[in-house]
Parts: sequence; structure tokens; C-alpha cells
Amino acid sequence: MDNILIKAEKINKIYRLPAEEIKAVRDLNLEIRSGEFIAIMGPSGSGKTTLLDILGCLDSISNGRLEVLGQDVSRLKEHSLVTLRRKNIGFVFQDFLLIPTLTALENVELPLLFSRMACERERSISLLSKLGLAQRINHLPKEMSGGERQRVAIARALVTNPKILFADEPTGNLDTKSGEQIFQILKGLNQKENLTVVLTTHNSKFGSQAKRIVYLKDGGIVCREDSCLYA
Amino acid sequence: MKLISVAFKNLKRKKIRSVLTIGGVAIAVAVLVSLMGFDAGYQRALTGDIDKMGYQVLVTAKGCPYEAATLMLKGGGGMRYMEQAVFEKIVKDPRIDKITPQLVATEFDKDRQNGQGGIVLYMGINDSYLKLKPWVKFRSGGWFSGADVDEAVMGYEAAELEQRVPGDQIFVPNLGKVLKVVGIFERTGTQDDGIVYLPLKSAQRIFNLPDKLTGIGIKLKEISSLSDFEEALYNEPGIQVISMAEVKGTIFNLISSAKVMTNSVAIIAILIAVIGVVNTILMSVFERTKEIGVMKAVGASRLDIFRIIWLETTLICVIGGFSGDIFAILGSQVVEYILRHILPYAPGGKLVLITPELLLGSFIGAIIMGLIAGVYPALRASSMRPVEAIRLGD
Repeated sequence: MDNILIKAEKINKIYRLPAEEIKAVRDLNLEIRSGEFIAIMGPSGSGKTTLLDILGCLDSISNGRLEVLGQDVSRLKEHSLVTLRRKNIGFVFQDFLLIPTLTALENVELPLLFSRMACERERSISLLSKLGLAQRINHLPKEMSGGERQRVAIARALVTNPKILFADEPTGNLDTKSGEQIFQILKGLNQKENLTVVLTTHNSKFGSQAKRIVYLKDGGIVCREDSCLYA
Repeated sequence: MKLISVAFKNLKRKKIRSVLTIGGVAIAVAVLVSLMGFDAGYQRALTGDIDKMGYQVLVTAKGCPYEAATLMLKGGGGMRYMEQAVFEKIVKDPRIDKITPQLVATEFDKDRQNGQGGIVLYMGINDSYLKLKPWVKFRSGGWFSGADVDEAVMGYEAAELEQRVPGDQIFVPNLGKVLKVVGIFERTGTQDDGIVYLPLKSAQRIFNLPDKLTGIGIKLKEISSLSDFEEALYNEPGIQVISMAEVKGTIFNLISSAKVMTNSVAIIAILIAVIGVVNTILMSVFERTKEIGVMKAVGASRLDIFRIIWLETTLICVIGGFSGDIFAILGSQVVEYILRHILPYAPGGKLVLITPELLLGSFIGAIIMGLIAGVYPALRASSMRPVEAIRLGD
């Protein structure tokens, strides 16, 4: 149990609309261990993003049990959830979602500001430098390319030293070359720094390089093996 | 980086919208400061005017308007007169320290105010007038050469208005009389500055009011004997006794009615500004739904988001309040000029009195306004759930 970071037992996510109920995640069981590199794959609408949001404590489950770092998240109050997220979880989104009014450096510093950590400017600068953005720290997002923006988003996700990094289609809005760079960065973080990485992707080339693939269909896991790549 | 710089950068994003909202707050604060400054200034100026009359009691014929404001409001008419014998009787009272008889007359001068016409105020006085008002000095020239001569001493503003100097001749409109200006008083900052003074006997002759008076100003030796003295005069027929304390009370009652109006205008201006601020910040919150979701996803708590939005509204109101104070200071001369042209009677001295306390009070008021206006948008923003906010923003 020691190295299990996330344990999901029969979790469901149901959206109740006026006309119908939509089960975005159904009876899903999943364990994520420290140091894993997991790719969640599946067709559009299969529930990949919803699952990632749930595992990252951004969204709640309708029923089932979800433990993150040993804590039953459905029992946690909002402020405890915020603390859990701040200290342990980093997020990277498909469309970068940087704050457009803040520079690259300020975007990276933002989680530190909310975590009431002493503003470790050096750490933010060193992270940006490590990701090849030393010359871009004072640039606004609109002055950067998509690949650069996503690297800023990765630095922002890493600045609080999280235990798990969630990346929702991190290469989805990038050209092939930039997408490859971003994927290699994430892979490197896992291999060199033993960071647990969970990402969703449509790209089978990237998915095949993950240590484990979770294949989703209609909100449920249909395969957990490397060999189950969908056509 | 601090939360305030995040808030400040958000405001800079839509510069025109932020500037317009700040402008709305600034105008509301400037209106508030100007109106309250006018309330305070007008009250102080009137008090000054009344105090500088130099007497504690004024005796007039029954029904006669007893100060320039009322006289002007009545269009210079409605004068009542009493016999000079009343003066001869009262003057013997041992409680009196100083006493001066006055005869006020008005004439309509059609050439005044660029041909619109205006009332000229004349007052017949004698030597005792200056004893009652020892602070009145001559700017140029001097006192009348006799008790019944066709001479005039002009108040400072009356002389300025007609550009008169000693030696000039002035005409009494409608009566065809010519007076020689022999002196001009220094500015007193009161309604006396607008009066043309004549020797009492000359005034009685020129205005065809022999042995008539409109008022008797009295200063007592002991202020404590005031009520006894007034009591004694109430028995005299055909006259009214007005204590200056009473006059102040009446005028301040009138002012407080006007204050309700001015305060209502100020409150409406502030309400409009508050609605403007709420609207701007709420729009900004809706536009940034996705960003708010992202901030929550990277670790912002409800309180963090609340504080950012609250800081934005407070910043708008702080900048607006400060600018409003500056506008009010810079615009006070203009407001003063306009008020002096609008008001039928404006007392001497500054009409709009802007004090540091008023500026500070309005500035703090603007901050409180920001804090209140920010509550609803801040609550809306802070209660957003991160995933929903990120998806809704798409």
C-alpha cells in the first residue's frame, strides 16, 4: 500500500440532465503507484478528461470511493481538498490555460502565491531555464509559441514540487515537433525525477511509450495493458 | 508577486472600461465633496455675515426684511419703516453699549448685470455705524464731509462692480440724483461689501423718507442682559426685535432643508457609481470564468479568489476616490463661480469649503464603497467550482 498514491474503487460520475442521465465514468477501479507513467487513452467522449479531473481532485465523484495519498477525498472539506491539491498535484491542460495578463515567470509563481510559500523566484526561474525558457521569462503568453506556452504550464505545475502530475492532452494543440518536445519533457520528469505522470492522449505513438495504458470506453476501463492499443 | 499585482493587472486588461468605471467613482466622489463643501462653506459664510453685522439685536419695523438675503429674495421690495423717534427712545437705555440707526432703500438699475438689470442696495448711516463695526476700514478716500451731503461711500464689491474710485459720480437710478463717491471700504467678506452708503439724513431726503428708519443695530454692554432687553422692546408697538441668534437659527433651518436635497443628489451619484463598479467587476468575473477555474486548479482557495476580486473593486474605488478628491479641489473655483451666478444671494467668503477632513472622509467613504460593491462579484467568483469554471469558460 505504501507506494499507492491513488486508489479508485467502483467510482462513478453521473451528470443528471433534465432529459437524461449521463454516466461519464462507470464502476471504475484503478490504482496509481508512485513513479508510474500512465497514459489514459480512448475515443472522444470516453471520459478521459472527466477521469483525470476526478483523480486530480478537481471534480467530485457521484459514488464509489476515491483515496488520494491515503485520504478519502469524498469526505474532505473544500479547504482540505485545496490543500491536498496545492501540495501534491500539478495540472497541465490541453490549451495551456495560462493567465494572459501575467508573464511566464508570474504564471509559474502563481501556485506559490496561493500556497503561501515564500516567493521562490529562483526556483521558478530555474524551472523555466530547465525547460529552455530562460530568455522568455518576462514575456506574456501571447508573445510565445504554443510549445513555449505549454512548457510554461509544465513549469507552473512543477513549481510546488507535486507528487503527481496530471496532463490532459498536453500535446493536443501543438504541432508534431512541439508535441514531441513536450512529451519528452514529461517522460524525462518520470524517468529522471521519478515523478508520477498521468496523461490523457489520442496519440498512440505517445501512448505506447507510457509504462502503462488505461484504455477507456463509455466511462469504463476496457483494457489496462500495453497491447490493448486501439486502432 | 502579490495578489494586488494580479488584481491590478486584471484592471489593466480592459483599460477603457476600467478608466470609465474609475471616472464614475471619481465623479460621484467629486459631487459628494463639492456638495458637502458647499453645505459647510455656505453655512460658515452666512454665519460670518451675520456675526460681522456687529450687533446682537436688530430692531426693525414689523414685517420688514432684516437681512440682505431676504431682501434680495423679495426682489428689493417689501420694505417697512419705523419712526426715528423709536431710536431716540431706545438710545437712552443704559444697557446699550453701541447703537446705530439705519435706513435701507433699494432701486432697480436696468443697466446692471449686462443689461439684465439688478437691485442696488443703499443704506443711510451715521458715525455710530463705524463704532459698531470697528473692523471696517477705508480702502481709499474717507468719511462723508457732512451729515446731509450728496456723497456716497461704497462697499468693496459695489465699487468693484462699477469700477468706481473716490471723486467719481454715481447716479441713483430712477431718482435722477447724483452722488459723489468720497470713500471705498475695504473688503469685509460680508453682504456689506455690496452696499452703497449715504449719510442717514441724505438718504432720508433722497429717498423721500423723512425721519424714517428701517433698522436699529444694537450691541449691549453685557450679553447676559440680552433676554431682558429683548423682553422690554417687545412692548414697543410697530416694531420687531430680532436677535441674531434667532436669525442664524432661521437660516440654518432653511439650509438644512436644502441639505436634504443636496445629500439626496450625492447619494444618487454614489449609488450609480456603486452599480457601475458592480457591473464592471461582474462582467470581468464572467469573462474570466475559465481563468478563475485555472487559478483554483493551481491552488487558489475560495478566499484567494474572493480577495483578488475584492482587491480589484477596492483598487477602482481607491483610485476613483483619490481622483474625485483632486477633481473636487481643482473644480471648487469653477463650482464657486457657477454658484455665485446661480444663487440669488451668495454670502461673502468661500462658498465651497473643502477641508482635509472632508477629503479624507470622502476617500475613506470611497474605499468602503469599493469593499461593499466587491462583495457580490467576489462571492460569485469564489464559489465557482474549478472544473465547471474551466469548462464554462470554453
